[in-house]
Amino acid sequence: MSEEMVLSIYRGDANGGQEEEYRVPLETGMVVLDALHYVQAEAAPDLAVRWNCKAAHCGSCSAEVNGRPRLLCKTRLDQYVGQVVHIRPMHAFPIIKDLVTDVSSNYRVAKQIPAFQPRTPAPFTMYQRDVDRVQEFHRCIECFLCQDTCHVLRNHGGTDQYFGPRMMAKVAEWEMHPMDVADRRQFLKDVAGLPMCNVTRCCVDVCPEHIVITDNAIIPLKERVADQYWDPIRALFRRFHRPAEGAVPGAGSDVSSRA
Amino acid sequence: MAQPLAKGLAGRPENHGSAKVQRPWIEPAVTAVVFGLFVLYSLWEVLFHANGVYGSYVSPFFSPQVGRWLGMRNFIAIPVVWIPLFFRGTCYYYRKEYNRAWFWHPSSCAATEPSGRRYTGESRFPFSWTNLHRYFWYLAVIVLAFLWKDTISAFFFHQGFAVRLGSLLMLANAIFLTLYTFSCHAFRHLVGGGKDCNSCMLGAQAGQPTTSYRMWTRVSRWNQRHGGWAWASLISVWVVDLYIRLLIMGVIHDVRFF
Repeated sequence: MSEEMVLSIYRGDANGGQEEEYRVPLETGMVVLDALHYVQAEAAPDLAVRWNCKAAHCGSCSAEVNGRPRLLCKTRLDQYVGQVVHIRPMHAFPIIKDLVTDVSSNYRVAKQIPAFQPRTPAPFTMYQRDVDRVQEFHRCIECFLCQDTCHVLRNHGGTDQYFGPRMMAKVAEWEMHPMDVADRRQFLKDVAGLPMCNVTRCCVDVCPEHIVITDNAIIPLKERVADQYWDPIRALFRRFHRPAEGAVPGAGSDVSSRA
Repeated sequence: MAQPLAKGLAGRPENHGSAKVQRPWIEPAVTAVVFGLFVLYSLWEVLFHANGVYGSYVSPFFSPQVGRWLGMRNFIAIPVVWIPLFFRGTCYYYRKEYNRAWFWHPSSCAATEPSGRRYTGESRFPFSWTNLHRYFWYLAVIVLAFLWKDTISAFFFHQGFAVRLGSLLMLANAIFLTLYTFSCHAFRHLVGGGKDCNSCMLGAQAGQPTTSYRMWTRVSRWNQRHGGWAWASLISVWVVDLYIRLLIMGVIHDVRFF
């Protein structure tokens, strides 16, 4: 006879709710999402859980398992043997029902980010080494676990204060693109709330795609903002030096940093 | 080359073994205690001692001896010790550690912070001054050069070249401090992180990786262990200074290997 796991699942909506316990037989290779499907099939057909690919690619099934933001489809159940498995919706977002939250605030702030602005019309000729850096951020599946674990969004005013780590990765993806000419530093400082981040790296800890958001996106962006607003020597340098116009990667032109 | 992943992350299974019951207070508590003890020790060393030199050894708290050059009799470490203090205080790694350990913003990931606490991140003084990290890096490199001079001097005594325990401790300290300094995020940005195109060169160099790109990739690799070097160098500074202090006080004798 297989072992039985106890799941304590949050049931409720925007008006409130509480955890309710369900018992699920543990099977080999079972993930938490499988256990929730078992609960839906056997005990609570009205249990709301958002999911799609069940392969850690769509980023739909984000929730908190025993206090840690996780993808439900990528979290094996057998690691919790001997424990009650507490499953709750993401704390940083408003609850719609049970484990389903309203993540639309992320899409709202994403629209405010100054879009990719190429120096020449596509198609581009770029070298792989220049594209590698931004391709790390392309791995993002928008599960918003980083947004959920970010203490600014979680405890200090949400996306009104700081757009969050996911959005910083999105800004970095464009800001560091070799063909992009837009300058987003003032936007980062005054609108996106980059100074609200105190680089505690929780976003890196929870990212299922292992994107090193803090070190490769947020800190480089903070350094670029510091170039513009906190570095008098660079400010002096900028007064006497202007980068070459119309430079194109690989086309024999000299491209200088906007810093 | 893609940006390096944090060591061990690539290909790591999401879950392995059993999930331990979380005790989120352990890490910030240990960090808070160690940092607190180091700060108390540093205050004791800097405020209550007017000499950090024993024979060929110079304590890292007292190097370079600017206070002595200025003719100061007390607090001679003060003219220099603020540089490593602010360098570490504005360091991105230490910011993570002290924000978690001392200010509990947050105490641990996905923890709910006490309500009603005002939080302004790094947008207001004094934390906005962390943006000046690069300037403290410049100054720290100068201090590091003096530490290497002191380290070389620590192998030469009245009788000539010798290897003693103090010499080796100072050498280890200089190495850890060098690794910590040159794995810095601000240095990573300085050598090439601020550039978006690393193939944009003129003539025959077009498409070739630039020197800044090579430096950036190398510093990026060092940067993955920045936190480790931060701890190692903090402890090595502590150990070297304590060793020299105990020698000065006559509590211990220097060990000579050859």
